[in-house]
Amino acid sequence: MTTTVSRPFARARRHSPRARRDALRGWGYAAPTAAFVLFVFILPLLLVLQMSGSNWPLLGGNQGVNFPQNYEKAALHRLFWNSIGFTITYTVITTIVLIGLGLALALLVQESTRWKSVLRTAFLIPSALGLASASLLFYVLYSPYAGPFADLMASWGFTFLGTPQGALFSTVFLIVWRYAGFYMLLMLVGLQGIPDDVYEAARIDGAGRWQTFRSITVPLLRPTFALTTVMCVTGSLLAFEQFYILTKGGPDNSTMTVVQLIYNIAFQGQNDLGIAAALSVIVLLALIVINIFQLRAFRRPDES
Amino acid sequence: MTTQTLPATDLLRVEPPRRSQRSGWSRLTATMPSWVLTTALAIVFLYPLVWTAVSSVAPKAGTSQVHGWGLGNYAALAHYQAGVWVYLGNSLFVSLLTVLLTLVVSLLGGYAFARFSFPGKNVLFLVTLAILMVPYATLLIPLYVILNAVGLSNSLVGVGIVLTMFQLPFSTFMMRISFESIPRELDEAAMVDGCSTFAALRRVLLPAVKPGLVTVGLFAFLAAWNDFMAPLILITDTNRMTLPLAVANLRVQVQGVIDYGATEAGVVVLALPCILLFLLLQRHYVRGFMSGAFKG
Repeated sequence: MTTTVSRPFARARRHSPRARRDALRGWGYAAPTAAFVLFVFILPLLLVLQMSGSNWPLLGGNQGVNFPQNYEKAALHRLFWNSIGFTITYTVITTIVLIGLGLALALLVQESTRWKSVLRTAFLIPSALGLASASLLFYVLYSPYAGPFADLMASWGFTFLGTPQGALFSTVFLIVWRYAGFYMLLMLVGLQGIPDDVYEAARIDGAGRWQTFRSITVPLLRPTFALTTVMCVTGSLLAFEQFYILTKGGPDNSTMTVVQLIYNIAFQGQNDLGIAAALSVIVLLALIVINIFQLRAFRRPDES
Repeated sequence: MTTQTLPATDLLRVEPPRRSQRSGWSRLTATMPSWVLTTALAIVFLYPLVWTAVSSVAPKAGTSQVHGWGLGNYAALAHYQAGVWVYLGNSLFVSLLTVLLTLVVSLLGGYAFARFSFPGKNVLFLVTLAILMVPYATLLIPLYVILNAVGLSNSLVGVGIVLTMFQLPFSTFMMRISFESIPRELDEAAMVDGCSTFAALRRVLLPAVKPGLVTVGLFAFLAAWNDFMAPLILITDTNRMTLPLAVANLRVQVQGVIDYGATEAGVVVLALPCILLFLLLQRHYVRGFMSGAFKG
């Protein structure tokens, strides 16, 4: 980026007094960042590892090492596999819908007319809301008493959040509403990175709209797809607020996500920080493995 | 045509409209389905917001606004437990503290990463970005214990510190590339003229990175104002709750009856500042994406 000729900082010798002064100043300016990273990130990360191997009730504090009991208890929790299964189902559905819709909306509003510009803003406004606010909004909207569909629900005899399937898809709709504009924006940034002459060449070669989309747009959007998929999968695997507010995990614990389970074990009922810590270490490791796997999957065809 | 100044996301270089050769009736019939489709989509996205805003002041049995239009639901919200002003104040305090801390830390950090070479620089930068990789809950459980141990239990300052940490990957990255996009000659000239590195930062670089700071501040505010999980875990005292938490708790009123009207009013109070800020600062919002700061 900055390919200037005069760069005394970079040229300065490593051991010269000037370089040492420079390093000292650099650390001075980086000190607040380092302090935050050390005390609010690294330290908690180490502590959660210790907690995951200790008997640690919410109110009692550290009661000594009990490794690997917390991990066993977490894995044997009656909702452990259910919550993992539900979280994965939810993640797959949300990711497919959001990426597909994000791309579709981006293609729809790509042109620069006044109307398309209004549309872009309309799609983006929900992403300014917090996830909690959006969930509260839909909580009222889905309500069989106060919502706009109350009469409809009464006459058809169903409620949005009353059945496991209904609760899942109602939540997916809320998330899609909240995040579609956000993914549209990321897709627009990706589309913008595709040079015009590639499209021009395709047009000259007589490619149709669908053909251009399939053999130019989609392959060239690969980095954008990688980014959006990793973000969407990570975000959905860690889903909490939307279910905490909309369904509380119900009906019958059918919409219990893994993070909700962690929260419940730690702060509601069981009050066991040790088991919750063990479960969150499991989630952290799983997330790292999943993300490495995803990045590999998106990278491979580029290398060949 | 391509360079109209539109209020929307025009930082994006978008395609000029494809002009078809057809005109008049045939063009109208060709664009008609697209108009219908896009209008329907826009309605789907805006309807929930409009409906909530309207019904928060509309008469409805079982709410605090039974007869005629009015602000009954807002009055109910204002008198809920400690009162909405307390929760608004708490939310504002946490948000402004987070914005302030994020701006100071990422301004200095971005300067350090962009302009100095020091041992451990790359490690520190990568570890800062690694915050993105770690689930919220994984950090909040030990942070709950740590904040209790240092006397910041139930403290809004503690929440602000935690939220600042979660903002650091984005804001540090953003400020680093903001500084890197400024020619080095600018601050070098200032230092030749006798400025210290701090004076160069304050007098010369600060005005130049202002757009980056606005973006960082906007994202920090939206994140802190809307955050739910950190106060949920770190705050137990009802008088110290932030607004999202208070509105979520408000649903379960006495006797288990849910006050939907007050909830609608709460959503409006929560959403309004975000939507206004977003509309005002849309360019800066989009810049956050353009910078590639999300490319991790």
